[in-house]
Amino acid sequence: MTTASPQFPAALPAYDPLARISAGDWLKKNLFGSVWQGLLTLITAAIFLRFAWFVLDWGVINAVWYTSDPDVCRAAAGACWAVIVEKHRPMLFGLYPYDEHWRLVLMMAIYLVTIVVSLMPRNWNLRLLVPLWVIAVVSIGVLMFGGVLGLRYVPTSEWGGLPLTMLLFTGTVLFGMPVAVLLALGRRSPLPVARGVSVVFIEALRGVPLITILFVAVNVFPLFLPAGVEVNKLLRITIGIAIFFACYQAEVIRGGLQAIPRGQYEAAASLSLTYWQTTRRIILPQALRICLPAITNHIIAAMKNTSFVIIIGLFDILTATTAVMQDPLWRKFYVEAYLFVAGVYLFFGYALSLYARKVEGWIASGRI
Amino acid sequence: MTKSTSTLNAGDPVISLHNVSKWYGQFQCLHNVSLDVGKGERVVVCGPSGSGKSTLIRCINRLEVHQEGQIVVKGLEMTDNIKSIDAIRRNIGMVFQNFNLFPHLTVLENLTLGPTLTRQMKKADADELAMHFLRKVRIPEQAQKYPLQLSGGQQQRVAIARSLCMEPEIMLFDEPTSALDPEMIKEVLDTMIELAQSGMTMIVVTHEMGFARTVADNVVFMADGRKIESAPPEEFFGNPREERTRAFLDQILKH
Ligand SMILES: Nc1ncnc2c1ncn2[C@@H]1O[C@H](COP(=O)(O)OP(=O)(O)O)[C@@H](O)[C@H]1O
Ligand SMILES: [Mg+2]
Repeated sequence: MTTASPQFPAALPAYDPLARISAGDWLKKNLFGSVWQGLLTLITAAIFLRFAWFVLDWGVINAVWYTSDPDVCRAAAGACWAVIVEKHRPMLFGLYPYDEHWRLVLMMAIYLVTIVVSLMPRNWNLRLLVPLWVIAVVSIGVLMFGGVLGLRYVPTSEWGGLPLTMLLFTGTVLFGMPVAVLLALGRRSPLPVARGVSVVFIEALRGVPLITILFVAVNVFPLFLPAGVEVNKLLRITIGIAIFFACYQAEVIRGGLQAIPRGQYEAAASLSLTYWQTTRRIILPQALRICLPAITNHIIAAMKNTSFVIIIGLFDILTATTAVMQDPLWRKFYVEAYLFVAGVYLFFGYALSLYARKVEGWIASGRI
Repeated sequence: MTKSTSTLNAGDPVISLHNVSKWYGQFQCLHNVSLDVGKGERVVVCGPSGSGKSTLIRCINRLEVHQEGQIVVKGLEMTDNIKSIDAIRRNIGMVFQNFNLFPHLTVLENLTLGPTLTRQMKKADADELAMHFLRKVRIPEQAQKYPLQLSGGQQQRVAIARSLCMEPEIMLFDEPTSALDPEMIKEVLDTMIELAQSGMTMIVVTHEMGFARTVADNVVFMADGRKIESAPPEEFFGNPREERTRAFLDQILKH
């Protein structure tokens, strides 16, 4: 028997992370590595091209962009974007009186400026933010309600569309986040009462569908109020959505709290910081940073839950569109209308995602 | 004059433990430990791992709660009373094995947090105080960095400076050099030696016997939750009374 000479593996090709490969090599390696892979590539490409062609053909080439005559749209083979031009005001502003729509446009401008300014870290000081928000809340209130300065009074039952969606969403987050933090802290509190209340609250409300909570907020809650006291329906439903949001968010934040090592609490205690000083200055800043991606997730979900205002007969942008599309002349073009609404949601949702990603970057680089 | 000093006579110990016992569930981790520490005295606590050293000093500022016996700090007994806990903690600084710096705050913010929040110091004064102690531990140039950008030795010195910013009368150290690479141990020990020379009352849990020899007034040996022996360093190292102490010293000094 001959002794087998040891087999050395052929030297591995040196890995050079900066090496450039030619386009041809890349294609060969990533798309046509084997017969099977090549086949899959071709099928995928075919499906994609077919879809892209449809979008182009339907959405652009044969589309009708501008007409006030629905028959022109019916005659065309493509999309009827004209329906959006024709119906954008009731879709965007719901039941709000037609002649007062300029107030909503102004309100949205103030709203967006306030939000954008508030989201920039360089503006994070109270001497700017407090006056800004006071001015914003007062002027938005005046614009929406009216009744002063010669503006016609518009009750909340006539509010609707995108401004309503914005207000509900903002109310949900502004009211829901602090409640979520308190619930999360309560659930980990050394005080049995705080812990008990938080656990029951979170578990009970997480266990039922949102629609049930809103039904209670709208129809059952008033029965517990003393006679003569009335809480605005819109406020009640905002609180309902916010509390539902808070219960989910509380569990996310609790996860962040659990990730904080015990040594942080001990160091704070040895500096004789109080519970609230420790929580506010040491624990929460770290915990919220840790769970920011999950927090963002629930905030985006909350934006879409605002559509539930339908149950008190209010028309947010989605419901307003459904209502508008009852118009027999234009009913056929509901797909285009809903695509438009989807675009509005996508715009805000994606803006939130982008912002959250930016915040994560700022945190990673130690800027905040 | 605050209450914490009014009951104290000259010559009384600043820290006095009397028959302190503690249990974790069924497991008793401190058995009737008594210890007196006078003003300016430096006590080194050593003993095998799990012998209750950390638990003992953590009871002194109530990071752990003892169940039996008495702990008196500057004439004030440690009880459930939140006021007495707070008053005692204000007199005690603590340095941990893992530094426990606040990673989301700069070094300077780590140092000024305590003074501004619990001593109502103005920010400018707190900054000045912080820089004073950063110079003492010889890293003033790191003030604007975040803790995780520093070496372990630097972090531990920041932690010492953070405690000193509370201007405590007593400092507790729980194995302050055990998490450090060998080349960084000296810089931390040097800082501690300087602190000892300034007259600080210190209880130091450590296995650095060189430090114990140079600095300690008393060395305490613990095993199985009991204080086995306590003596000045010459006697403790030169002529230990207990068999267990001798065995421990043999083991630790061999390396
Ligand atoms: N939180 C705890 N729960 C239960 N047992 C503990 C806890 N902390 C410490 N112990 C036990 O108490 C004993 C003393 O621990 P410790 O004071 O940390 O010892 P040392 O600091 O001397 O190494 C050890 O046996 C340890 O396992
Ligand atoms: Mg220990």
